[in-house]
Amino acid sequence: MNGLSMMEPQSEAELSEALAGAEGPVSVRGGGTRGVVADGVALRFGGAGISLYEPGALTLVAQAGTPVAEIEAALAAEGQRLAFEVPDMRGLLGTEGESTIGGVVASNASGPRRVSVGAARDFCLGVRFVDGAGRVVQNGGRVMKNVTGYDLVKLMAGSHGTLGVLTEVSLKVLPKPEVAGVLSIDGLSVSEAVAAMSAALGTPWEVTAACHTDLAANDRPSTQLRIEGMAGSVDYRLGRLKEALGNYGEVETVVSENHDWPWFRDVARFEGGAEDVWRLHCRPSDAPGLVARLPEGGKVMLDWGGALVWAAVPAGTDLRAALGAFDGHATRVRGQGGGIARFHPERPELAALTAGLRAKFDPRGILNRGLMA
Amino acid sequence: MEMPKPDPQILARKARIVARLRDALPGGVIDAEEEVRAYECDALTAYKCPPLAVVLPSTTEEVAAALKVCHAEGVPVVPRGAGTSLAGGALPTADCVILGVARMAEVLETNYPDRYVHVQTGRTNLSVTGAVEADGFFYAPDPSSQLACAIAGNIAMNSGGAHCLKYGVTTNNLLGVTMVLANGTITKVGGPWMDANGLDLLGLICGSEGQLGVVTEAWLRILPKPEGARPVLIGFDSSEVAGQCVTNIIKAGVLPVAIEFMDRPCIRATEAFAGAGYPDCEALLIVEVEGSEAEIDHQLGLICGIAEELNPVEVRQSGSADESARIWLGRKSAFGAMGQINDYMCLDGTIPVSELPRVLRRIGEMSEEFGLEVANVFHAGDGNMHPLILFNANEEGQLELCERFGAEILKLCVEVGGCLTGEHGVGIEKRDLMEVQYRPDDLAAQMDVKDVFDAGWILNPAKVFPLTVSAGRRRAPDQAA
Ligand SMILES: Cc1cc2nc3c(=O)[nH]c(=O)nc-3n(C[C@H](O)[C@H](O)[C@H](O)COP(=O)(O)OP(=O)(O)OC[C@H]3O[C@@H](n4cnc5c(N)ncnc54)[C@H](O)[C@@H]3O)c2cc1C
Ligand SMILES: Cc1cc2nc3c(=O)[nH]c(=O)nc-3n(C[C@H](O)[C@H](O)[C@H](O)COP(=O)(O)OP(=O)(O)OC[C@H]3O[C@@H](n4cnc5c(N)ncnc54)[C@H](O)[C@@H]3O)c2cc1C
Repeated sequence: MNGLSMMEPQSEAELSEALAGAEGPVSVRGGGTRGVVADGVALRFGGAGISLYEPGALTLVAQAGTPVAEIEAALAAEGQRLAFEVPDMRGLLGTEGESTIGGVVASNASGPRRVSVGAARDFCLGVRFVDGAGRVVQNGGRVMKNVTGYDLVKLMAGSHGTLGVLTEVSLKVLPKPEVAGVLSIDGLSVSEAVAAMSAALGTPWEVTAACHTDLAANDRPSTQLRIEGMAGSVDYRLGRLKEALGNYGEVETVVSENHDWPWFRDVARFEGGAEDVWRLHCRPSDAPGLVARLPEGGKVMLDWGGALVWAAVPAGTDLRAALGAFDGHATRVRGQGGGIARFHPERPELAALTAGLRAKFDPRGILNRGLMA
Repeated sequence: MEMPKPDPQILARKARIVARLRDALPGGVIDAEEEVRAYECDALTAYKCPPLAVVLPSTTEEVAAALKVCHAEGVPVVPRGAGTSLAGGALPTADCVILGVARMAEVLETNYPDRYVHVQTGRTNLSVTGAVEADGFFYAPDPSSQLACAIAGNIAMNSGGAHCLKYGVTTNNLLGVTMVLANGTITKVGGPWMDANGLDLLGLICGSEGQLGVVTEAWLRILPKPEGARPVLIGFDSSEVAGQCVTNIIKAGVLPVAIEFMDRPCIRATEAFAGAGYPDCEALLIVEVEGSEAEIDHQLGLICGIAEELNPVEVRQSGSADESARIWLGRKSAFGAMGQINDYMCLDGTIPVSELPRVLRRIGEMSEEFGLEVANVFHAGDGNMHPLILFNANEEGQLELCERFGAEILKLCVEVGGCLTGEHGVGIEKRDLMEVQYRPDDLAAQMDVKDVFDAGWILNPAKVFPLTVSAGRRRAPDQAA
């Protein structure tokens, strides 16, 4: 925490005053589980608590500082959930703290179910935030369909605290289905796994997650597919899927009331290691080629049917250089990287637009300076 | 509704501007008075104005060439897809160039293993599904106008449809675009992968009503077609109880693909028009679920159980494709039916589902106060209302009265926690109500974005933001190309 004190405004008005009066860079944090600290004085929005929850309308509004765990507990009591499956990356990143809903939206953090239902940004209906000049802005709202004016909600989701500090978010939530069925196949290569996952995601059996790891607990590669719904329906769809995938190897299925997939969701495969960890967003069918180009000793876990590749590579590897140009992008999530940019460089004309937006929302360039550069 | 006065200097330079455009796009420019008239309005037909000229490029490079000319000449550009906007989004001004993408309708790539299709944006919504359905896939967003409307307009308006309760709206199904910026620069935002690198500019572009750039290509997510789908029709004696039924279904954890609502005036009009055999009741729900036969039966069983507890007038569960078609027939012909009996204005506000009964009651009261009839037909699952106000366009003053009534309904939507428009967009229609929903700083933040993408405000400048609010920015000196 740089030895500097932390600013912790409790209300939007206090936050606005603090940012308008800030004399230097500000490092924005929520629960701090991401473990990356930008230059300057630390600032955390102290407002927390669920301000509105209407299960019948599938909507929840909360202050940005609300712990995710509190939201998940409130939803569970009504048989609902955050469908985009918030990951818990403390193990992977070696950090402590409690994730906040503001931090989750700011990093567009989404788990395995993203492949079927969408990302955090797709469930975010409205935001309130204070920009780098102290201006309070509201956008979107609490209703599920809203095209009134520009969608700054999407702009804020995934902006990693570089355009403003979120104070409130409203979210679309979904019912939690009765049971989850998991189908697994052992021993597939990356290209076989991608083919199997694509085949499964191309069926009408509503696969809600498709992951692969090059090394599971039993020391073999494992490819897993998840189906959720009412008990009879899950049995039926698992059965159909099993038939469809029989030619890929021996298929096992398990049905339970446990929908969590912490091993994949939290990228447990790479917990505790010293390697740099990268996320590659790509076409699933490009994933095997990318994996083949990883440096010696690279390890992988695939999510989103292969559209997300988690790669652990020796610290300091310039992974982008190793992979060469591809359709998609690469972000380093763990490791200091020795001067290699964390976020994928943008095309020049988009970088110019990004710089223009930053100049409007953070004219002094004080918010999480350099974090996304 | 006011539009900015056409710039006399642009009108005076028409010949030169048209000549430059012809140089850039031989064969793609229309300027004869009789011919540009075909572009004088979109589906908000109460407002019309022939443009200076119309440009119909065949390639992204031609779009860029046209924009370079307009940018250099400081001429406003109104992008156009199929012209089905109900908000006046594609309404021209006399000094503008209409830039239509209708000639760009190719499918560039279909990729089933990676589940996307890459198309030019002039392609109609339905023909995107048409290109993949033989292989068992579909494109989910399904506006009622899907036979005519183009992907271009869908992206610009972030259009929704009856099935978005389950599948989301355009922004949730859009992976990337090729876009030409106001100064003619061609760029790509996103692509055939998930989620942005850096800021989510794609999310910002979707729904920006043609004000940030001209979108020429899109990567769209496609989904495997469900095994089957069947609806149940449920009639109630009161709108309140029908609203309660919607809430109870959602609370019970059943997630239908669609929950549509029609009230008595709408039921009567569609019965007279289409004869779908609907019960004559106060409110009617059509709830559709998907899956295998057994899954459908199970879900419909749960829904019927919930409905039965609320004393419905009728519950009619479809057991075949034929019965399903009959149930949907009335709903699908609702707009056509209303158009037969009267002129109507279609509103599009969204409200929290819990406010449904109160809002319907209040609309009924206002209908008496204004002396204009209202029929309600809408997507109840997500609170997106479509009150249709009936009026007689030939009678002096009725359009204005109707617009005042419409404005009151939209204010009510905002007051109860909703918004002005759920899927049709702001355009010119709701432009002057934006201050009801947003404070000055909220609008300034949105206009800041416009400044960044289009400093000279040449793209669709008179839309979305109240003219008084955007005046200072619209006059900002053009940044040379
Ligand atoms: C480089 C990097 C990229 C990541 N990318 C992803 C990803 O793509 N998907 C994913 O699932 N997980 C990702 N993670 C992990 C993710 O950040 C955490 O799972 C989650 O955001 C932690 O929440 P938190 O409250 O602890 O946030 P923190 O760790 O405190 O902050 C996370 C980010 O959000 C910002 N932030 C926090 N609160 C606010 C607020 N109120 N207003 C504005 N900004 C705020 C912070 O400045 C920081 O940039 C990433 C982590 C890193 C280090
Ligand atoms: C009978 C009827 C039913 C309808 N039902 C629905 C419905 O269920 N759901 C729904 O959401 N809408 C509905 N609509 C409204 C309308 O069809 C949608 O808004 C549609 O997306 C407009 O598409 P379009 O191609 O016709 O766009 P246009 O009317 O041509 O243009 C709409 C907007 O998009 C901009 N635009 C057009 N092309 C481009 C481009 N290439 N780049 C950037 N901007 C561009 C225009 O400037 C304008 O602001 C309905 C309309 C009608 C007439």
